[in-house]
Amino acid sequence: MAKQINVALIGNPNTGKSSVFNILTGLNQKVGNYPGITVEKKQGTCQLERNLKAHIIDLPGTYSLNASSLDENVVIELLLNKKDKDYPDVAVVIADIENLKRNLLLFTQIKDLRIPTILAINMADRMKRKAISLNIKELEEKLGTKIVLLSSRKKTGIETLKSLISNYNSLSLTPCIKSSKIAPEYFERLQKTFPNQDLYKLWLVVTQDVNFGKLNRKKINGIQPFQTESITNLKRLQQKETIARYQFINDTLKKTLSIDSKNAKDLRSRFDKILTHKFWGYVIFFSILLLIFQAIFDWSTYPMDFIDNSFTLLSEWLKINLPPGVFSNLIAEGIIPGLGGIVIFIPQIAFLFLFISILEESGYMSRVVFLMDRIMRRFGLSGKSVVPLVSGTACAIPAIMATRNIENWKERLITILVTPFITCAARLPVYLIIISLVIPEGRVLGIISLQGLTLLILYGLGFAAAIIAAYTLDKYLHVKSKSFFVIEMPNYKLPLLKNVGITVLEKTKSFVFGAGKIILAISIILWVMGSYGPGDFNQAEEIVLQQTKQQNLSQEELAIKLSSFKLENSYIGIVGKFIEPAVKPLGYDWKIGIALISSFAAREVFIGTLATMYSVGNDEVETIKERMAAEINPSNGAPLFNLASGISLLLFYAFAMQCMSTLAIVKRETNSWKWPLWQLLSMTALAYIVALAAYQILK
Amino acid sequence: MLSIASLEIGQRAVIKDFSVDVVPLKLLEMGCLPGNEVTLLQEAPFKDPLYLTINGSHLAIRKEMACKIEIELING
Repeated sequence: MAKQINVALIGNPNTGKSSVFNILTGLNQKVGNYPGITVEKKQGTCQLERNLKAHIIDLPGTYSLNASSLDENVVIELLLNKKDKDYPDVAVVIADIENLKRNLLLFTQIKDLRIPTILAINMADRMKRKAISLNIKELEEKLGTKIVLLSSRKKTGIETLKSLISNYNSLSLTPCIKSSKIAPEYFERLQKTFPNQDLYKLWLVVTQDVNFGKLNRKKINGIQPFQTESITNLKRLQQKETIARYQFINDTLKKTLSIDSKNAKDLRSRFDKILTHKFWGYVIFFSILLLIFQAIFDWSTYPMDFIDNSFTLLSEWLKINLPPGVFSNLIAEGIIPGLGGIVIFIPQIAFLFLFISILEESGYMSRVVFLMDRIMRRFGLSGKSVVPLVSGTACAIPAIMATRNIENWKERLITILVTPFITCAARLPVYLIIISLVIPEGRVLGIISLQGLTLLILYGLGFAAAIIAAYTLDKYLHVKSKSFFVIEMPNYKLPLLKNVGITVLEKTKSFVFGAGKIILAISIILWVMGSYGPGDFNQAEEIVLQQTKQQNLSQEELAIKLSSFKLENSYIGIVGKFIEPAVKPLGYDWKIGIALISSFAAREVFIGTLATMYSVGNDEVETIKERMAAEINPSNGAPLFNLASGISLLLFYAFAMQCMSTLAIVKRETNSWKWPLWQLLSMTALAYIVALAAYQILK
Repeated sequence: MLSIASLEIGQRAVIKDFSVDVVPLKLLEMGCLPGNEVTLLQEAPFKDPLYLTINGSHLAIRKEMACKIEIELING
């Protein structure tokens, strides 16, 4: 019978761990979340031998087992819990040949937990260029393990790694360092209290919370916190441990590793001279930002137009070819237009994640952090806020999750709070359609298109709002936090096509399916609410006939009258009329009001909602834009989407907190309802006031 | 006191000492330990943050932290 073993991939960030994972598992992988937290859980399977399969987990990158963030904590939680169904039979520590010394720190810690551990040294293809030589045999002896030289880029060493994993039973379990050596007296006491437990494991459990407070976790294996030492003393002991480990590593490497620095080629420093240059560094960074925006706003319009037209055709085709009935109407008028509203911005999301993953994979993102830190700090942010703020142009959810590596809690909190101001991809379709309706097509000075300029201003507005809010929060928010900042500057790497491809695919998929489910549900609800109603709705035909008796209307005009009467008296019409007084001062009708409310599920629902409402009872198939342009404001007979109401709507979308998923993530990441509620109220109030002012001035 | 913050670009030094209470564990884990060599590679405007190699690791820290880590210059 085929046997399956658990394999954990562990390693420092930037060691190519994910590349190794991708090679081992190919597309047999799935990305989910750890239960209850938003840390990404990547797992997959790999056939090792004919009868042996490996279940591989790619654990979050960490520098040691002394967790200081939620992501790092996942690693230690798994390694300490033998009962976990994912508890590894064997651990593979991925190390980078150029940072072997530092990478071995984590290796020795895992080895000391008496888990069979293989050392996989990655980027071995760089050894020659860097003039590094390694005595593998001796190193294996000293560390008591098996070593494989890998190159995830050249795909070498993978078969050796697989066979080492298959033979994990033969690995030695002797620890590298006797943990009692760190602090003999303390460890003696620890052992006396828990005679049956492994000492190093006990030590990790005791110190787990020292650097990382905020988590209520279940007790592992019934071990109660052993608080006989003050936090300060425990910290000292942790430092002693680190120093002891480095001593061991230095001794080990002195005899086995040699670097001929005269013959080493150093590409990194040459690149860094330009990319982190005081002037050119910034020029290059802003050029890259411009390129990204160019891709999102210009290049992606072609696939987007194609998608829009395809959905219109599909809807038309379904109307003709499906047997008439309620169910067909639901599909053609409710579901398809709703789905079209989300599928349409797959190109933009994909472009954004493409660029972000290239920037991260290449190692350039760290340089941006370095360049921007000082400037961002003036606004209460950190250099590391740049990544969330740039990712925020795709979606606030991954962006807020990306704030985790900001060490300073106040800087992190401010980043979380202001990120939703950044124009996310979900606002984009709303912007695009409204701009194309209300902003004329002309050009400024004959070059810059007015519509493009408006879009650029809206993006600038979002960014300005984020910066101003951050500055204000920094002044008035009093949060205790220790200031600390460290970032690794990894070697430059040519991004691997496979890694980038998988990232783009995964992120786009989860975005589309996540939002897609909500949009589908809302489209169905809206369609049902728009197609049924109480009282007058059911006698609609008689009432309309009565009203229009004298007018001598044609069949077609009568049909339009009837459908608009039906919509107004449906359930959705009743709700819409109820909220109309609130949105009327902003220049909207009740249909837009409904769309605004349904936007709280996800902003992009706006278009789907209007598309659904305008197509209920309307048999003519047009594109969404055509339907919107045809809407007339009943109070003055002018088009509903005019300059004043359009600008007001754009501003409302720019500032309002309209995304339940973001609120949920903020709640999780800040561990309190206070911050998401604060965001919801203050941002939405700001949006309402600004939109109101704009409409009243422009009308 | 000579600290990492007083290094010039390209200058090498050895880390002498620092108070264990101000330097976080994470920095130690990345190789910032007494006796290890440190070189200043680049500095951002206003000398903050500083881009260093410590013990073979390439990393950037803020001036504020760099001020707290005492060093001794290596001649030549």
